Amino acid sequence: MVSPAPNPNHETPSESEAKRPWPGDWRSHFRTTPQDIDPSREHDVIASDHTYESLTKHIGDLAMRRPVSLGWLVTIMGSLSLLGLMVISVLMVLLKGVGVWGINQPVAWGFDIINFVWWIGIGHAGTLISAILLLLHQNWRTSINRFAEAMTIFAVCCAGMYPLLHINRHQYAYWMLLLPNSMGLWPQFRSPLEWDVFAISTYFSVSALFWFVGLVPDLAALRDRATNPLVRRLYALGSLGWRNSALHWHRYMALYLILAGISTPLVLSVHSIISYDFAYSQVPGWHVTIFPPYFVAGAVFAGFAFVLLLAIPMRALFHLKDVITMKHLENCAKVMLATGLIVVYGYAMEVFFGWYSATKYEHYLTFETRMQGPYAWSYWALIFCNGLAPQILWFKKFRNHIPTLFIVSLIVSVGMWLERFVIIVLSLHRDYLPSSWGMYYPTFWDCALYAGTFGLFMTLFLLFCRVLPVIAIAEMRELIHHKLHTQHALHGGDHHDHGHGHKEVKH
Amino acid sequence: MLTKPISPLFGYIAEFDTPEELIAASRKVRDAGYKKVDAFTPFPVEGLSDAIGFRDKYIPTLMLCGAIIGSIWGLSVQVFGLGWSYPLNIGGRPIWSWPNFIPITFEATVLTCAFTGVIMMFALNGLPQFYHPVFDVPNFDRASTDKFFLLIEAKDAKFDPIATREFMDGLGSERVSEIQSEL
Repeated sequence: MVSPAPNPNHETPSESEAKRPWPGDWRSHFRTTPQDIDPSREHDVIASDHTYESLTKHIGDLAMRRPVSLGWLVTIMGSLSLLGLMVISVLMVLLKGVGVWGINQPVAWGFDIINFVWWIGIGHAGTLISAILLLLHQNWRTSINRFAEAMTIFAVCCAGMYPLLHINRHQYAYWMLLLPNSMGLWPQFRSPLEWDVFAISTYFSVSALFWFVGLVPDLAALRDRATNPLVRRLYALGSLGWRNSALHWHRYMALYLILAGISTPLVLSVHSIISYDFAYSQVPGWHVTIFPPYFVAGAVFAGFAFVLLLAIPMRALFHLKDVITMKHLENCAKVMLATGLIVVYGYAMEVFFGWYSATKYEHYLTFETRMQGPYAWSYWALIFCNGLAPQILWFKKFRNHIPTLFIVSLIVSVGMWLERFVIIVLSLHRDYLPSSWGMYYPTFWDCALYAGTFGLFMTLFLLFCRVLPVIAIAEMRELIHHKLHTQHALHGGDHHDHGHGHKEVKH
Repeated sequence: MLTKPISPLFGYIAEFDTPEELIAASRKVRDAGYKKVDAFTPFPVEGLSDAIGFRDKYIPTLMLCGAIIGSIWGLSVQVFGLGWSYPLNIGGRPIWSWPNFIPITFEATVLTCAFTGVIMMFALNGLPQFYHPVFDVPNFDRASTDKFFLLIEAKDAKFDPIATREFMDGLGSERVSEIQSEL
């Protein structure tokens, strides 16, 4: 016997199956079941009267009982097509070399590094939500941390591919690792590019460990609910036989807290190290001391925009409006606004530095190349996307308007891509010598690989939504426990009045 | 004649509806002097380890050791590689250019600390272990949803098949079940 036998009176699938709309009816996914949310409570962390049982059922059923919908099939077909495009683009680079891309002298870093930094920046919001907000006791993080961590891992997968492809002599990629070789050579440990190898591999491994450790109790919950013996065995394997023992929880919680503690400096170090790739050089526009904090803030800014881009459709499609409430969306918007302001401060400092450094190359880059050069459109678009557009989030009315949030998040994602474009291409395309100036034009394969990474990301994310619990169930139970506890204290065991008790859950 | 041997008793397990009842019962069990006690809860219940008298500081200590080993490894491999095995002179800068070695040392520290913690958490918990006698307890699949269980193992020095059963029946639980060990 692998795991406990399913309890026959646990649930009656036929009953819930009967109420479920026809799987092909895509519109059903855009309707929320009426009992889902109580409109007066949509600013709470949990917007309905969930019990331990109803919450587990709600999230567990998303993974196990939801029929494959037409919408999901169409989306995964699209994602798989893009993934195919990625495979072809990668093969092209492996067969023909990086010459298929638009990079050349003077712009030797193009889409590959732009997209690498863009994807890895997106990942940072996941670790911020799962680690930093945990340490700060922000209990609203609970319902969004699972998918935000998944987003981190998948984004790092997309990002990690770019430098590996960019090195071009792929057969020597192992030289970057700490492996003995017959030449007696060592990696150049004094180079930020070598630091990247360690930073990104550590970031990926630690994020994946953190994610897995969080998943174990939830996989055990799914194992205990599964009725299909094969599915039960698979979840049992994933949960490593977790049996919810108090002794296990004790060590688990100690580990989880320390993992959060070490992930916090880790996430700050990763983007700082990536910014050193630029700041260590003497290229005008890169040699700026503000780069590490400015990059980290930009990463969190882009990451929260991506969390919103994923959360808004997810809560509608999977009926999660009761656990991913307006409070979550509004808080994400606030974090976006705050980090956006740090980024704007970074832009202001770059302009100040262009003038105050009294270096003619810095001055020329800032005031001529960026503001008036052939790529000036990208600089001004960047100022609009990251500087002006998010300012609308100062108004509560707009923070609570979902279409506005979605559009602002899209604009910010574009803006953060433009930021890397401005930093990389604009600094490189006009060298110290006007005779070596040039323009950068991405090729078809540049764009195909970028589109392909969306295929990889979306495929992984859609599979994640299908088979794993998208909300951290065990942590949500703690929230419910806390809520019941405060109600108990307020009403002396009288549970029927939820109108007051729920306010205590807020922080 | 061959008869099926009677499987030995693994312990008694009581089922509760709320964490508060479980903690109250756990305190009684601890005060009665039982040591081989465990509880099963759908989420980590605050104060439960204390209530069943369980103290364990291995994880933080081991993770600290992992972090120290990682930092020594990270720093020494760089100093050995670039300072002794194949000294690289970059623009006449000193061989012992320690600020350059900080990022990799830091990443190595975090990496080994995290791996030590996760591996040791599962190892100390005896996981993966896909079968355990408690999985045979009726309703035990609810331990991952909304039920709270309290176990006293037969290995306990104070355990007595009759007295312990009577003691557990008096804890005010939903039901008390008997667990058999697999032979």
